[in-house]
Amino acid sequence: MSPQPDGYHHPRITRRSLLATAALLITTAGVHARVVTKVLPWHPNEAHPVMPVVPGGYLFFTAIEAAAVDAIVGRLIPTDELGPGARDAGVTTFIDRQLTGPYGGHDWLYMQGPFSDKPLPTQGLQSPLTPRQQYRLGLAALHAYCMAAYGNRGFVELGPDEQDKLLAGMEKGEVSLPNFSSKMLFGAIHTNTMEGYFADPIYGGNRDMAGWKLVGFPGVRYDFRDVMERPNQAYTLPPVSMQGRPAWGAR
Amino acid sequence: MARRLPRKDVVIIGLGWTGSILALELSRTGLDVVAIERGPWRDTATDFNIGTAADELRYAVRHDIFLRPKQETLTMRNNSSQTALPIRKWGSFLPGNGVGGAGVHWNGQTWRFLPDDFRIRSHMIERYGAGILPESNHIQDWPISYEELEPYYDKFEYVAGISGKAGNIKGEIQTGGNPFEGARARDYPTPPMTQGHAQDLFGRAATGLGLHPFPRPSANISVAYTNPYGCSMAPCTYCGFCERFGCANYSKASPQTCVLPALIREPTFEARTECEVTKVNLSNDGKMATGVTYVDADGQLWEQPADLVLVCAYSLFNVRLLLLSGIGKPYDHAKDEGVVGRNYAYQTGSGSTAYFEDAKFNPFAAAGSLGVALDDFNSDNFDHGAQGFVGGASITSAHTNGRPILYHPTPPGTPSWGGAWKIAVRDTYQRVTNVSAQGSVMSYRNNYLDLDPTYKDPLGRPLLRMTFDYQDNERRMANWMAERCDEIAKAMGAKATQVNRLTGPWSVVPYQSTHNTGGAIMGRDPKTSVLNRYLQSWDVANVFVMGASAFPQNAGYNPTGTVGALTFWACEAILKYLKSPGSLVQP
Repeated sequence: MSPQPDGYHHPRITRRSLLATAALLITTAGVHARVVTKVLPWHPNEAHPVMPVVPGGYLFFTAIEAAAVDAIVGRLIPTDELGPGARDAGVTTFIDRQLTGPYGGHDWLYMQGPFSDKPLPTQGLQSPLTPRQQYRLGLAALHAYCMAAYGNRGFVELGPDEQDKLLAGMEKGEVSLPNFSSKMLFGAIHTNTMEGYFADPIYGGNRDMAGWKLVGFPGVRYDFRDVMERPNQAYTLPPVSMQGRPAWGAR
Repeated sequence: MARRLPRKDVVIIGLGWTGSILALELSRTGLDVVAIERGPWRDTATDFNIGTAADELRYAVRHDIFLRPKQETLTMRNNSSQTALPIRKWGSFLPGNGVGGAGVHWNGQTWRFLPDDFRIRSHMIERYGAGILPESNHIQDWPISYEELEPYYDKFEYVAGISGKAGNIKGEIQTGGNPFEGARARDYPTPPMTQGHAQDLFGRAATGLGLHPFPRPSANISVAYTNPYGCSMAPCTYCGFCERFGCANYSKASPQTCVLPALIREPTFEARTECEVTKVNLSNDGKMATGVTYVDADGQLWEQPADLVLVCAYSLFNVRLLLLSGIGKPYDHAKDEGVVGRNYAYQTGSGSTAYFEDAKFNPFAAAGSLGVALDDFNSDNFDHGAQGFVGGASITSAHTNGRPILYHPTPPGTPSWGGAWKIAVRDTYQRVTNVSAQGSVMSYRNNYLDLDPTYKDPLGRPLLRMTFDYQDNERRMANWMAERCDEIAKAMGAKATQVNRLTGPWSVVPYQSTHNTGGAIMGRDPKTSVLNRYLQSWDVANVFVMGASAFPQNAGYNPTGTVGALTFWACEAILKYLKSPGSLVQP
């Protein structure tokens, strides 16, 4: 027989593990954590929703950074006769809140060194910089570049054509920001802008489901059997998000 | 020091499809079974709740339910002259984590491989001569035939409730099914899914070209169904949140929907979650496994003795665990000797994107396995003599989703942002569809898995290193298939098409396929395989290894149907082994 393992510590107690263990009996040899037997380890109404973003203010960006991001995302997806663009859809708030979470620190990614300075393009992400660092360093470099190249004007003070020309140069990596890759900064903002414009509004962007309305995505209705019955027909119902629709009242 | 726990009859490493099926079948015989799973318990009501499941950012983009690279990843390079670097963020493939494994977030396309696939080496040489085989290939016949595996395909399809139309029942070709498939004993358990507008166009165009389209077999099921384990599933609602998501409707076959509700009632079964097996322990002579060592969420080490060890992790991690445990001789690329890590293979993707003048494809009304396919260009269903390559592809018209963060297509030449981009996105979303070829990948000396010399996991153990690139044979095959896809796309009435060829080296960045196969392959000869035909280790008789790691090379299909069939096939062998322990095959 094996010795009784005493001095065993409970793992970090979360609501989830508490519920799970509460449903269980002590099992073999005193191992009493995360053992599942005879019953499924969850209780009714236990789910893991995300916390809705409440717009207002910035948790990561400084006022200067936020103004620059606002201006950039407003050029990437402009407001026009087709409807609101990224700026008016709350994408800056979306990016700000994403940067404060696990994404902003690459918390779930493999970030152990050594970091190669000559990775192959096929090897993908190899930078040690987290998204938070990319925005902080990259936006500072962009600001310094604009002040020097455009007669003491920051990005927000450039005209729309100047902004577009600069962004196009950054996209190709042809703009040399001081000590920061313009391509990396552009890539981060472009990727996060697409995410924020098309993600569920619960994350702070895609306000009034503007992104979904642009393409005609009906959102989280989760049942399109009616559509399958009517192939090649226009879908006419308005989109629904995880928090419903504005017409249903405030959530 | 690991603390020693009381002995169990069976320890199962990983509680996904293969682990849960074996756990249920073996618990039912009264055996004491423990499954050790490194991820959390996951269930439909809690983790794929209808109020939270349809969240593209969380699941498809941020990868909430996948294995986190921080916990384990692998390193990659395209050839052995390069230095491998870690895959820091998943891209090309997406390993699962937690109870249900990748069976939670798969699309659900559930194929049988064709009879010729199981003896591809012999078959190709017999028909075309040895000259057709590519340079430096390791192509091997499977040590099992389609006919032997047929009853076990049937078992898995009936457990998973697969929706489809038989093409060949006991040798009689069935109208509307796949005429190229191997003979099956009976039809699928549920009828095919409803198809969309693009599939209607594809079906008519393909038939007009003399091809043989059929609804592809789907684990997103068409009607309510109760499986032989008594687990019930509900009809698919075409919500468009399959791959990368758990299903909130109990409509996609998974361990959660099809196995766990029955398994949990077995009094001799228990699972330990958030516990990672670090190695399979061996006897002093290395010929028997004595159990496993695992580390729990607190970092405490435990030793779980067991009479039988079933390795049921994801294919890549099965291979790594064998290497870390010293089971089987590691493959040495320089000498072309050894077996563990040998014959790693993957999948090709190519095809044609079709732009229509006026169509409403409604891509959001979709399911992971919705689609019409044809097998005229798969396996050896066509004459390879003129082409000079080995292998083939299933060609499909499908919409799996219209989720707009990752799916907002634009025509070639469109800028990636700005007002012109916005117009193109609006105008294209409803009017574009794809004809895609999912192709086989043969096995080669140059494509293999071993342990990385530099990068480690958080426990200090070496990461698996993947050395892989598409070889000339695969490129020629995939690009020939792309032309076939384009012919069909044009016949569907597209106003413009774009041919998507396989160009450049394999990259980890864009998503391609979570069909990583080989590395712990089954075979007839211990010199060129890790497992015998019953998925039993040649070297350690009480270790069996499930999963696509057993495939000698990959076919032009999704692997899960064959993985499920092999599991039921191995299960019978395991029961035989328990009555009379020892190697089930004498080399």
